[in-house]
Amino acid sequence: MSNSVVNQDTRKAGRILYAASVALLCAWVLVPIYLLLVNTLSSPEAVSTFPKSFLPEFNTESLEFFAGFSGMLNALANSIYVAAITMVLSILIGAPAGYALSRFDFRGKELFRMLILLTRAFPLPLLALPLAVMFIKVGLDDSILGLALVHTTLAIPFAVLITFSLFSGIPVELEEASWTLGCTRLSGFRHVVFPLILPGITASAIFAFVISWNEVFAAAVLTIENRTLTAFLLQNLDTSPLHLKFAGGFILVVPALIFIFAVRKYLFAMWGIANR
Amino acid sequence: MAEIQIKNVAKKWASYQALNDINLTISDREFMVLLGASGCGKTTLLRIIAGLETATSGEVWIGGKRIDHLPPKDRGIAMVFQNYAVFPHMTVFENIGFGLRMQKQPEAVIQERVKRTASLMHIEQLLGRYSGELSGGQRQRVAVARALAMEPDVILMDEPLSNLDALLRLEMRAELKGVLAESQTTAIYVTHDQVEAMSLADRISVMNRGEIVQAASPIEVYRNPAAEFVAGFIGNPPMNFLNAKRSANGWNVAGEEFAGPAAQSNEIRFAIRPEDLSVATSGLPARVRLVEPLGSHLQVTCEVDGEMFRVLLDSDLQIKAGESLCLAPQADRIRWFDKTTTKAL
Repeated sequence: MSNSVVNQDTRKAGRILYAASVALLCAWVLVPIYLLLVNTLSSPEAVSTFPKSFLPEFNTESLEFFAGFSGMLNALANSIYVAAITMVLSILIGAPAGYALSRFDFRGKELFRMLILLTRAFPLPLLALPLAVMFIKVGLDDSILGLALVHTTLAIPFAVLITFSLFSGIPVELEEASWTLGCTRLSGFRHVVFPLILPGITASAIFAFVISWNEVFAAAVLTIENRTLTAFLLQNLDTSPLHLKFAGGFILVVPALIFIFAVRKYLFAMWGIANR
Repeated sequence: MAEIQIKNVAKKWASYQALNDINLTISDREFMVLLGASGCGKTTLLRIIAGLETATSGEVWIGGKRIDHLPPKDRGIAMVFQNYAVFPHMTVFENIGFGLRMQKQPEAVIQERVKRTASLMHIEQLLGRYSGELSGGQRQRVAVARALAMEPDVILMDEPLSNLDALLRLEMRAELKGVLAESQTTAIYVTHDQVEAMSLADRISVMNRGEIVQAASPIEVYRNPAAEFVAGFIGNPPMNFLNAKRSANGWNVAGEEFAGPAAQSNEIRFAIRPEDLSVATSGLPARVRLVEPLGSHLQVTCEVDGEMFRVLLDSDLQIKAGESLCLAPQADRIRWFDKTTTKAL
């Protein structure tokens, strides 16, 4: 009898501890984002006041200022172009690699998988300078394509790993069944595998988009005239008043947040957690 | 006409010999079962016939045409997979019609054949559903219907019933036999379940370690096993074995004299099925270890000549563990095997 009371107490304590940890972790992520939101939507005067009102005043002055800022729309367009090219290239290169990893056995497969991750092992600053020199030589410097190539390199490991887990989730028997029912390898892929992985491929593409969208170092080093939004803001926010810094941060964070939220299910899959 | 000929087929994975010089002819409209324990190569052989695996050497002919170099779609085969492989993004109708659609059959033909095979498998009412909305048994029906709709020369089945529960398996087994007999298609069916093999097959190929040990009718395989492996694999409980030593006028088995075959060696193996023994006043001396009443009969486990010996006896007999019995084998059911080659004598 007393034993079960003790058990109940420990279980209750465990639950409270668990809830507290979850709340702390959520707060860790959510509070800065919330403050960012409040400050962005506050009038310039209200930004530096303390304490904050819990609800923002929905003053769009800072955001309007940004919309009219010279070069801002251009940078936004550049960001979208670079991210779009990154998205397309990383899927075009990454998905076949993911398919090969999941379906074929070949010599050095494990090594290949490790090498893919290794592309993320070198700090970008180390690579950016030689890359800049090389890009100037071949005429890719300060170009959207050049930056997109660098971003593709950064996004490919994720594209390969996500598509690898997607393809592995599709039983090989489905493909084999399609072959016995009159398909070639290619048409079997088109009629059976492709429709099944399409949602996952979309997610993986969006993830590549976000990687490019958020990347600032290579963008700042490799572009001068054709800055992406991150590089543009980095350059200009330094000298801007506080309320504009908040607004700039907000513009950067929100699209990434929305995209990540949209594809969260597949990111879990990538880390090996069941995707349902 | 779709006779299948397998000539000298071998398959090697790195250093592992999965199939070793397989020769087998399956006649038109025959129901052939490949039976063996897991890892014996039966699925590999089926996949080689399907074109999902390439043989290291050898030839496969279907209907007088050599097909081992052709892709699966050009072999005139259809296959039913162990885990059904029903396409999850298509309805039952689209699944069954998929092969016909790939063959670019006219819409009217597709409609007609899908409906006909669906009604044959009793799934007309499911045509609009997706695979996720079906039970295992229903998915299996879709998979069979999808193969039949192709009207193939040969239908290949890889343990199609092994994922179903016991009752459903019995039901599907009977149904499958009827449907396939009606379709007059040559069938190759892979299973490790000997009861399934016995009940379905026109002929059973018993496989062991990448070789076909015996290919014969179910009764023949049961009554006259070609090797000790077959005798020990088929039948539940399996055949009993005892050592036989040459004696003055025959073979001495556990102290009893039997007339046996003329063999080269001085020691061979005596074998008898558990149901072919009866309690008598003289015979093999046995000590009872365990008595299991199974209703229809008693399964008695004894020790004879130091070896385990299982007997099926009438359930009215009063037998207790520890007793001594004399077991008389039915003379025409005794089989003999060579001790070294393990082949039947």
